[in-house]
Amino acid sequence: MSKAATSSGLRTPERLRASVILVGAFACILAMGTSLAIGPAGINKTAILRELIDRLPFIEMESGLSPIHKSVIWEVRLPRILLGGLVGGTLAVSGASYQAVFRNPLADPYLLGAAAGAGLGATVAIVTGSGDGIGAFDLVPVLAFLGAMGAVIMTYFLGYSSGARRSPSALLLAGVAVAAFLTAIQTFIQQQNVESIRQVYSWILGRLNTSSWTEVKLLAPYAFLAILVMLLSRRALDVMRLGDTEASSVGLRPQIVRFSVIAAASLGTAASVSVSGLIAFVGIIVPHVVRLLAGTSNRIVLPLSVLFGSAFLAFVDLLGRTLVSPAEIPIGVITAFCGAPFFVLVLRTSQKALT
Amino acid sequence: MNHCLVQNVRVSAGRKVLLDDVSLSVPRGEWLSIVGPNGAGKSTLLSVMAGLRSSSGSVYLGDIDIADMTPRQRAQHLAYLPQHPEVPPGISVGGYVLIGRNPYIPLLGTEGQRDIEILNEVLEQLSLQDFRDRTLDSLSGGELQRCHLARVLVQDTPLIFLDEPTTALDLGHQQQTLDLVCEIRNQRELTVVMTMHDLSLAGQYSDRIILLSEGQIASEGKPEDVLDPDRLSGLYGARIKVMKVDSDIVIIPTRSQEL
Repeated sequence: MSKAATSSGLRTPERLRASVILVGAFACILAMGTSLAIGPAGINKTAILRELIDRLPFIEMESGLSPIHKSVIWEVRLPRILLGGLVGGTLAVSGASYQAVFRNPLADPYLLGAAAGAGLGATVAIVTGSGDGIGAFDLVPVLAFLGAMGAVIMTYFLGYSSGARRSPSALLLAGVAVAAFLTAIQTFIQQQNVESIRQVYSWILGRLNTSSWTEVKLLAPYAFLAILVMLLSRRALDVMRLGDTEASSVGLRPQIVRFSVIAAASLGTAASVSVSGLIAFVGIIVPHVVRLLAGTSNRIVLPLSVLFGSAFLAFVDLLGRTLVSPAEIPIGVITAFCGAPFFVLVLRTSQKALT
Repeated sequence: MNHCLVQNVRVSAGRKVLLDDVSLSVPRGEWLSIVGPNGAGKSTLLSVMAGLRSSSGSVYLGDIDIADMTPRQRAQHLAYLPQHPEVPPGISVGGYVLIGRNPYIPLLGTEGQRDIEILNEVLEQLSLQDFRDRTLDSLSGGELQRCHLARVLVQDTPLIFLDEPTTALDLGHQQQTLDLVCEIRNQRELTVVMTMHDLSLAGQYSDRIILLSEGQIASEGKPEDVLDPDRLSGLYGARIKVMKVDSDIVIIPTRSQEL
């Protein structure tokens, strides 16, 4: 055996290359850094860099920023960027995981009714006046979260009572039914309360403009837990690509992997939706771009989806708040605007099946 | 000693009985072929024996009831290759074959050095080293079947179940595949159970044949005893001649003289 063959033989196939992680991390830093530097307040960019360095341990550096500018950086831009990054990473990796467990390239994080459930929860909170989308005691995120989780749990029970143990597509169909049902209720409530339609609408389009550290702290534990479970399952998800029978013949319990990954992805999605509203297509665009660029193994797709999802949403949010500045385009509008054509592209090339 | 024992297995789908009170035993080291017409229940029997399909009746591996084994324990005892294995798009040969190591890796863990060594040994044995980084969906039928066999071999089990391993292969690759199974079986002292459509190949390669018909065992024994022209003609509803060429048994369908 030649020397080259020996060295290539020692490594694990389908492993995640360090260079690819670096590219992902660089994309994240670039998107978030640019986003931090640009905004209507027109703060000096080198001063922002000095201000950031000043916060590092053991380094003192005077940035020369006014207290107002400092607060724009620390209390407005940074939490918003971090929230965008967290939401983007979570939605993207949840989408990749849903696509893996359902072996369906068009699965997205809202597939099992999370979006409809969250929409209903948020609408109830808004029309009953128990939330305006701002502040710590706001019921909008709480009810949106409960709605999303409730919808997924409902889908799961409904799916399993109608044969999802035999075929996961029963679960998908249950998701369609639950989403339709909850959307009907949500639309009815909205019709009865036209005065709050604008607020509901703005929530549904997705936004990061109300973000503060409160939302970041609210989302972070759920997001990290969900991402951790999904990333740890990445090898098992590769085994799942053989289908349930073959996966089981090599010793996997497909139902357990499917349940735990769906639970994690749904938790992450519900938590994201509750703080940011419905941001469509991130869960589809990002994993597919990663597959086209870096390979189809879930060992590669899942970790890179976290990085590129964060970078993508940070970048899209930057577009949303600068393109028509000082007004803002809702972030969900931009992701869907990029996502819809992309979705068609994926459909057209899916002979190359991307799962 | 019996390696695999099947007792009174019965499987039905709706009102149709797929397997009706089937019992058989496979001694250690044997190569058993299960043959029979379409719909006789060959694949169903194999998947029941592999613990992948539930049935009334029992299946024992050694002296353990397969129903009492976890999927992981089962997968350390027997490897199963379905008739049409899934080919995940874009997966590399190395990545695909490595999936066979799953029974030895914790659910949330990753492969160790030993797993990679076994992968490399098997790839070399099946002359697949150069395909390691190729994608599975870019291979020819014969190469693909070698990858499937490689996945079964890295599973490192004493018992191997193959469901029609030569379907969709040309003459040469059919022979190469079975030669390979034969070689590895001798080398590793494996027990092999396979279902087959091609009666000649089944007769030439296996120690014993079980002929299934409508979910029941119609005949079992040495190939030359089971592959009787009258019996086969009746069961398959075909005109069949059985010949010996050198020491090989050959089953030839013949055309009717009246047409």
